Amino acid sequence: MIKFIIKRLLALIPVIIGVTFLVYFIMSLAPGDPALLLLGEDATPEQIADLREEMGLDQPLIVQYGRYMFKLVTGDMGTSYKTKNAVAKEVFSRFPNTLILAGFSTLVSIVLALPLGVFAAVKQNSLFDTVSMVVALLGVSIPIFWFGLLLILLFALKLGWFPVSGFDGFKSLVLPGLALAFQHMAAIARTTRSSMLETIRQDYIRTVRAKGLPENKVITRHALKNALIPTITVIGLQIGGMMGGSVLTESVFAWPGIGRLMISSISGRDTPMVLGCILMFSITFSIINLIVDIVYGFVDPRIKAQYK
Amino acid sequence: MAKNTEKVQKSKGQFAEAWVRLRRNKGAMIGLSIFLLIVMIALLSPVFFDYETEVIKQDYGSVKLAPSSDHWFGTDEFGRDIFARVCWGSRASLAIAAIVTIIALSIGAVLGSLAGYYGGKVDMIIMRIMDIFMAIPGMLLAICIVAALGTGTEKLVIAMTISSVPSFSRIVRGAVLTVRNSEYVRAATAIGAKDRHIIFSHVLPNGLAPIIVQTTLRFATVILSIAGLSFIGLGIQPPQPEWGSMLANARSFIRDYSYMCAFPGLAIMITILSLNLLGDGLRDALDPRLK
Repeated sequence: MIKFIIKRLLALIPVIIGVTFLVYFIMSLAPGDPALLLLGEDATPEQIADLREEMGLDQPLIVQYGRYMFKLVTGDMGTSYKTKNAVAKEVFSRFPNTLILAGFSTLVSIVLALPLGVFAAVKQNSLFDTVSMVVALLGVSIPIFWFGLLLILLFALKLGWFPVSGFDGFKSLVLPGLALAFQHMAAIARTTRSSMLETIRQDYIRTVRAKGLPENKVITRHALKNALIPTITVIGLQIGGMMGGSVLTESVFAWPGIGRLMISSISGRDTPMVLGCILMFSITFSIINLIVDIVYGFVDPRIKAQYK
Repeated sequence: MAKNTEKVQKSKGQFAEAWVRLRRNKGAMIGLSIFLLIVMIALLSPVFFDYETEVIKQDYGSVKLAPSSDHWFGTDEFGRDIFARVCWGSRASLAIAAIVTIIALSIGAVLGSLAGYYGGKVDMIIMRIMDIFMAIPGMLLAICIVAALGTGTEKLVIAMTISSVPSFSRIVRGAVLTVRNSEYVRAATAIGAKDRHIIFSHVLPNGLAPIIVQTTLRFATVILSIAGLSFIGLGIQPPQPEWGSMLANARSFIRDYSYMCAFPGLAIMITILSLNLLGDGLRDALDPRLK
C-alpha cells in the first residue's frame, strides 16, 4: 500500500509541472506589458526597461517560467498589479474560505446522496425511487448560479432565514453550501443507484440472501461496499466540476474565496493574481485527485492487490 | 466492394435497432422533442422578432413591466421584452455549443484514434498531454483562456473547444482500444487494408456508442459553461442576448422584480434537462448491456 501511495505521489510531480507550465503559458498571452502595469502610466521608459530586466521579461518564456517556479516553491507568487501586495498573501488568506465552502458542499452532497441512491435502488420503481430520481435529474440540469439565486430569493429575501451574501458564521455557509452541493448530490445519487442496482443482481448477493441473512444486512454488509466503487469514481470526477462551480457560487453569494478574487482580478487585468488563483485551484485539484486515488486503493481490493 | 456494402448494412442494422429501443424510452423521446422544439425556436426567432427593434433596442417607456399578455415574460431594466430575448438567446448557446462540439469531437477523434490505434509512444505522448489539460478543471481552463485572450464569441469558442478536446480524445481512445483487438480488425489488417481505412471504416463505427453519448452530454456541458462564463461577465457580451448574461443583469433586481431572474434560468435548465434525458436514453439504447 505504501508503495502505491509513493508511486501516486511521484506521478503528481510531472502533472504539477505540466499544469503550471500550461497555465503560465496561457496567461503569458495576456496583452499588456507587466512592467508598465506595475509602475503605472507615468513611469519613464528607463524605469520600465530597468524593471523589465529585473523581472526577467527580456528572457525567453521558458526561462521566465523557470524563475516563476523557483519563486513559487519558496511561496512567492509575484506582486499584484492592482494592490501591489504579494499575490501569495492574498491568495492564501482567501483560500481557506474556498476550502470551507467546497468541503462543506462535498460533505453535504455525499451525506444526502448515498442514502438517497441506495434507497432508490432497493425500492426500485417505487414512488420514492421515481421522485428522488426526478429530483436528481433536475439537480444535474439546473445551473448552479441560477439555483443559488433561487435560494437567495426564497430563503434570504422572502423568508429571511439566512443572510443574502458574505461569510459571517455558519448561517451564511448554508445557502452557498447547498447551491454548490445540489448538482453533485444529484450526480452521486444517480451513480449510487445504478451501481447498487447492478450489485444487488450479482450471484454472491443471491447466495447471501439464500443463506437467510436479513435484507438490511445484505444491503449494508455485502452490497454497499461493492456498489461504492463507482460512487467514489464519480465523487472524484465531480471535484473538478465542484471547483468550477465554486467560482460561480462565490460570485453569486459574494463569498470571499479565491474564485471571486480571480473573477475580480480578471476584470482588473491583474494577471499575476489570476495566475496565482488558477494555479492554487489546479494544484489543489491534483492533490485531491491523488487522495481520491488512494481512497480507491483502500476500498477496491483489486487495486490493493497489485501493490502488495 | 462487396465487403464494404456488407459492413454498411451491418452497422445500419445496429443503429436501426438502437433507434427502436430509443423510441420505446419515454424519457428520451420527451428529451428529444423538447430539444427539437428549442432548436426550432432558435431557428425561427429571427422570423418572429426583429433583432434591432425588438431584442436589443432600449425603450424607457416600458421598463421592468411584470409578465402580461403584451410581454409574456415581462420586460427588463431597459424596457426590452424578455420573451424575445430568451428566444433569441437560444441562438448563441446552441450555435456555439454546436460549433464547439463538432470541432472538439473532430480533434478528439483524430487524437484518440491515433493514441488508441498505434499505442506505444504515440499513445503515451498524446495521453500525457491530455492528462495535463484534464488536470485543470474544465471551467477554470476556459476562464484562464478567456482571461488571457479577452472576451468575444470566437475566443469563447476557442476556450470551450480546448477544454472539451481531452474528454473526447479519452473516450475515443477507449472505444478504439476495445475494438482494435477484435478479430474483424485483425482480419482487415491481414488482408492488407490501410490503417486509415481500418480506423474510419471498422474501428470508429463499431466504437461509436460511447462517443455519441459523450457528445450529447458534452453539448449540455458546453451550454452550461457558456451560460456560466457569461454570468460572470467572461462570455457573450451585452447587448447580445444570452441566458447567463441576462441572469447576471437580472440579479440586481431580484428583490423587487424576481420574474426577471426566472425565465433565462428556466430556459437553461429545460435545455440541459432535455439533453440529459436524451443522453440517458441513448446510453441505454446503444448499449443494452448497461441497462
